[in-house]
Amino acid sequence: MSGHHVVPVKIYLAIFGALMAFTAITVAVAFVDLGPLNNVVMLAIAVVKATLVVLFFMHVKYSTRLIPLVAAVGFMWLLILFGLTMSDYLSRGWLGAGAPWPAPWSN
Amino acid sequence: MPHAHSSALAHQFDSLEQQKESATLGMWFFLVQEVLFFGGLFLTYMLYRWRDPTAFAAGSHELDILLGGFNTVVLIASSLTMAMAVHSAQTDERKKLVGYLVATGSLGIVFLIVKYFEYSAKWHHHLIPGANFHFEGVVGGRAELFFSLYFAMTGMHALHMVIGVAVLLWILKRARAGEFGSHYYNPVECFGLYWHFVDIVWIFLFPMLYLIGRHYHGGA
Repeated sequence: MSGHHVVPVKIYLAIFGALMAFTAITVAVAFVDLGPLNNVVMLAIAVVKATLVVLFFMHVKYSTRLIPLVAAVGFMWLLILFGLTMSDYLSRGWLGAGAPWPAPWSN
Repeated sequence: MPHAHSSALAHQFDSLEQQKESATLGMWFFLVQEVLFFGGLFLTYMLYRWRDPTAFAAGSHELDILLGGFNTVVLIASSLTMAMAVHSAQTDERKKLVGYLVATGSLGIVFLIVKYFEYSAKWHHHLIPGANFHFEGVVGGRAELFFSLYFAMTGMHALHMVIGVAVLLWILKRARAGEFGSHYYNPVECFGLYWHFVDIVWIFLFPMLYLIGRHYHGGA
């Protein structure tokens, strides 16, 4: 597949429709109290929307394999950033060294 | 020379396909760097919200979900017109290309105008972090951290929009001069990648900033 793949207009319109629908769903779900699940649903919908944009609007689905590889590597770096930082913060209280993290405000 | 339109082919490339692949690849490397740049902001948001979820919900409750939602629709629509602009270049429809670029830029400007009204409302309500920050309600000054992150994140996003509109004007000028067609549209394609990336950042910002405060009822 060369870089000159012309994506049909109706696919763009379908993706736009899906993005609009997911936006409506995420707003509607925000008004329903699901407890911690609200965050999960909210992030899952955002990830699905971002994936649709990347695959179709940004043509990753139609590009050579080099582009999805680079995009995935970027995501891996992001996981390292979040993973290492969170493993630090989440484990700070384990050794009984007092408050894991002082309050960011003073009162 | 395998291609008739060799004037668009820079001499260091073997073919237009290779030239386009290189441009797209370079743009993706830039975007990976952008992902990590915004990633730092998202990580900061996550840590502080984890530390004080109540204050974040209270702060989020003050944001206008109608304006935020409207801007979400505007940005996604601008991504559609941007994708259509690339499509028009690929199919040699040059008038449509110019039209879709104008539509994309106009929607971007609409987004920024709405953002201006949101920011000025925050100013009038003393919600700009600093000496004049004042938050009614139980969480009080703890909400300042939410608004610091709100302005840092939406501000960096808005700066990317302003830069995007400026670059778009340059692309538009070249499109009007008839520079782009099915043989050569790398600048349109690469600018589109940037524009869609900025859209994706907003796709995450909107729920994280506007939607998390819907269940806040004023408790500590």
